[in-house]
Amino acid sequence: SEDTQQQIIRETFHLVSKRDENVCNFLEGGLLIGGSDNKLIYRHYATLYFVFCVDSSESELGILDLIQVFVETLDKCFENVCELDLIFHVDKVHNILAEMVMGGMVLETNMNEIVTQIDAQNKLEKSETFIFQSPRQDR
Amino acid sequence: MLVQFFQRTHDSLLLLGKSKEAEIKRINKELANIRSKFKGDKALDGYSKKKYVCKLLFIFLLGHDIDFGHMEAVNLLSSNRYTEKQIGYLFISVLVNSNSELIRLINNAIKNDLASRNPTFMGLALHCIASVGSREMAEAFAGEIPKVLVAGDTMDSVKQSAALCLLRLYRTSPDLVPMGDWTSRVVHLLNDQHLGVVTAATSLITTLAQKNPEEFKTSVSLAVSRLSRIVTSASTDLQDYTYYFVPAPWLSVKLLRLLQCYPPPEDPAVRGRLTECLETILNKAQEPPKSKKVQHSNAKNAVLFEAISLIIHHDSEPNLLVRACNQLGQFLQHRETNLRYLALESMCTLASSEFSHEAVKTHIETVINALKTERDVSVRQRAVDLLYAMCDRSNAPQIVAEMLSYLETADYSIREEIVLKVAILAEKYAVDYTWYVDTILNLIRIAGDYVSEEVWYRVIQIVINRDDVQGYAAKTVFEALQAPACHENLVKVGGYILGEFGNLIAGDPRSSPLIQFNLLHSKFHLCSVPTRALLLSTYIKFVNLFPEVKPTIQDVLRSDSQLRNADVELQQRAVEYLRLSTVASTDILATVLEEMPPFPERESSILAKLKKKKGPSTVTDLEDTKRERSVDVNGGPEPAPASTSAMSTPSPSADLLGLGAAPPAPAGPPPSSGGGGLLVDVFSDSASVVAPLAPGSEDNFARFVCKNNGVLFENQLLQIGLKSEFRQNLGRMFIFYGNKTSTQFLNFTPTLICSDDLQPNLNLQTKPVDPTVEGGAQVQQVVNIECVSDFTEAPVLNIQFRYGGTFQNVSVQLPITLNKFFQPTEMASQDFFQRWKQLSNPQQEVQNIFKAKHPMDTEVTKAKIIGFGSALLEEVDPNPANFVGAGIIHTKTTQIGCLLRLEPNLQAQMYRLTLRTSKEAVSQRLCELLSAQF
Repeated sequence: SEDTQQQIIRETFHLVSKRDENVCNFLEGGLLIGGSDNKLIYRHYATLYFVFCVDSSESELGILDLIQVFVETLDKCFENVCELDLIFHVDKVHNILAEMVMGGMVLETNMNEIVTQIDAQNKLEKSETFIFQSPRQDR
Repeated sequence: MLVQFFQRTHDSLLLLGKSKEAEIKRINKELANIRSKFKGDKALDGYSKKKYVCKLLFIFLLGHDIDFGHMEAVNLLSSNRYTEKQIGYLFISVLVNSNSELIRLINNAIKNDLASRNPTFMGLALHCIASVGSREMAEAFAGEIPKVLVAGDTMDSVKQSAALCLLRLYRTSPDLVPMGDWTSRVVHLLNDQHLGVVTAATSLITTLAQKNPEEFKTSVSLAVSRLSRIVTSASTDLQDYTYYFVPAPWLSVKLLRLLQCYPPPEDPAVRGRLTECLETILNKAQEPPKSKKVQHSNAKNAVLFEAISLIIHHDSEPNLLVRACNQLGQFLQHRETNLRYLALESMCTLASSEFSHEAVKTHIETVINALKTERDVSVRQRAVDLLYAMCDRSNAPQIVAEMLSYLETADYSIREEIVLKVAILAEKYAVDYTWYVDTILNLIRIAGDYVSEEVWYRVIQIVINRDDVQGYAAKTVFEALQAPACHENLVKVGGYILGEFGNLIAGDPRSSPLIQFNLLHSKFHLCSVPTRALLLSTYIKFVNLFPEVKPTIQDVLRSDSQLRNADVELQQRAVEYLRLSTVASTDILATVLEEMPPFPERESSILAKLKKKKGPSTVTDLEDTKRERSVDVNGGPEPAPASTSAMSTPSPSADLLGLGAAPPAPAGPPPSSGGGGLLVDVFSDSASVVAPLAPGSEDNFARFVCKNNGVLFENQLLQIGLKSEFRQNLGRMFIFYGNKTSTQFLNFTPTLICSDDLQPNLNLQTKPVDPTVEGGAQVQQVVNIECVSDFTEAPVLNIQFRYGGTFQNVSVQLPITLNKFFQPTEMASQDFFQRWKQLSNPQQEVQNIFKAKHPMDTEVTKAKIIGFGSALLEEVDPNPANFVGAGIIHTKTTQIGCLLRLEPNLQAQMYRLTLRTSKEAVSQRLCELLSAQF
């Protein structure tokens, strides 16, 4: 449910944020994330933590790479990504993630492929905005 | 599966408003605004709908509840504009749970998009299916997606999505994904040009192959050749799929995983090619890095670890195994914590391979060092696991000592697990059992709070089963108890062991009986109720072991704090033990309180507990392989005191214990046996049972003589209902155990007990019931009954279980009585009296004259006689007020004809009952049974 989801996010943040640098990037699964078959794998970038929860069918180092690909892709799509980009463009972040991970499974790991897809979507978006709507301030 | 959480920092949260309150205020305002827009008269255009749905989504992601907007989101799905459709799908994927009624509408929209041939729309639809992944989704689309996946004209990106979408549905509802022609075409996707498609297909095949290995067997050779092409390619060949100079690391990892679903390839060519690949991967690990970036080494090592996993999985090439072990050994000292962690983890599985067990052992010092110096608990945990895995007889003392010393400072989260591991290793590799006893006592001293019941039960079992260590154990616990503050678990172990074997050290004046007693009793008042109960049992054992301290102990038992203790269990024990010590002769005392018999050798329950703790997937396999290698040392006794009860049905534990039905339940202080249990021989004249018969059970029993169904027993916790049917000498009884509480019953063990006299005459067969009875649930047990010969006693049903923290022990007589095997016989008056006369031998007739306990109602009496099983013969007796009946008792060996006559005397409120059968015992028993009915 939404409550457990929020609780998982809170506790995960709590767990991860109090860890030192130079410790390993894997956390043993507790009951919170569904038992010992699952692990938290995270990377720390400036003020942000990127945390993936994976089961034993994924390679730990592979997931670390995937996080790196994700961040590099964000950086490309947003041109020098910063926290504010992520906050004000949640939908875009989700789109990018959706190109990499689908229903919890790794879909694409090739950054160029991901960026191409995202660009194509942006084009579609722009053309629709251009044809149907004059840009409006809506926030 | 992989779930992503996007973690906001606290900083960013505050950007929205100055405080949490301000944020909530603002959001509520916005929600009210959106709600009014959705409810307004004016139909919203697609753009506004999209805008508001998007806002709702954002608010949800900030952690607030959203309970409207779903319908608007579903409307967006049928828009032709990408942006609107996309927000609709995003909202649905994130917010609609699998039970939503909207699913039908959503499914329709998805169907249209799947059929649209527009790759972008198809992609969105597939994403949505995979994100929701519900059973309903599987029902609607599991047949469709394989077609999309293997169709020749499907775009690559759609194929990727389709493969993973199918994988997701297969994980939720494997039964709904049909295998078929498409499977062979999916395997050929491993040859696809597009590496993204190959990666997705490999994920799918890996999961499918685990359940359908035959169907996907051809994937092995394809995967090997694909892997070989990647591994031998130059870093520039694969262009975009080269990640920091490593060619297609993700795909390599996936292919190596797929190969772990199968044994080593049989085809020598394929096998040779795979070995080459693995060697190349190992070689590359020794080459200087092409980049200093951590991403480069990460990707390279991801492939390397997976290759090592495959080598360990195949466990067939000693050369590769040793190389793998050496490589992991290097990583154990690597400066990257992640690599040390993974190396410890992989080595753990390597340790169970017979080729590399010795090689792994050479790293023991490094691993011990890791345990001492690693800053990260995750890594230390892996080190503990590895030490456990590499332990054998040669290094057990060292490893156990290291684990014990680590335990002093270990993180609380892993203490219990370490305790279990130390206990298991100490037992498994004990050559000298004094070492074992020392180790466990140390465990209790260092981490008493983390020592579970299983552990201390176990040490007691081992001491009881091994007489070479009993004296040492008594001496050691006696010394350990001298400490001013000792853990309650130590008091339990100490109390139990001194109660059994205190006599072995009583010769030493420093540990004379009185000193032993005073030492234990000095701890008594600091202990919890269960421990005190155990100590009381120790005291009564002392009465038997050391007659000289009997008065002292009787004084203690007699004190108000015992006899009038608020706790029923303690009070009962005190009363009964006091009485036992007063009335019983020395012989009876010695019998009742004799030393515990050895426990049957079984699998260690501690091991079971560890497995349970770790979950089936992680430890079991390893444990199983280890167990196979060390069967001789691993067997051990089982703790459950319940297993010591005598069963009338064939049961290995009963046989091993040598307990038929007659001897009393093993006396002594079983940690959780009801106090009454062991006193039954002294205080009860009924047959030997585990617990005294429940009060009122006699009355209940009598009610079942003339009927077959009803409630046999009921208290606040438990209800026992019966339903039975009999035919000739056979019968079947359904016993229903109802848990009246909302809490589980654990170790629920009903046992049927037939006394020595009863056993040859009555055969009872039943199966054990599930040991856990959920709150409010009812379990059923079927008893098949065979009457071999006539019998007098009734079997006893003993039920033991744990409710909350307390042990429950209930015994009731099971109403299986001789008259159940009656077959009514109709006969005319003349025949009746002719037979009556034939049975005129004085031993054949039994007569009873008794006062009526119930109102003397003719109809009720008739019903009772019919219920008793005999035929009620009308117009046979010249006196119409009298009742006569006839029938045949069927047993396996004989049939016994029975005639009965009941003469009521209304004035005197008396009955005269006369039974005539060909066998005196039968007449006697039937008369008894029937007399009690009126």
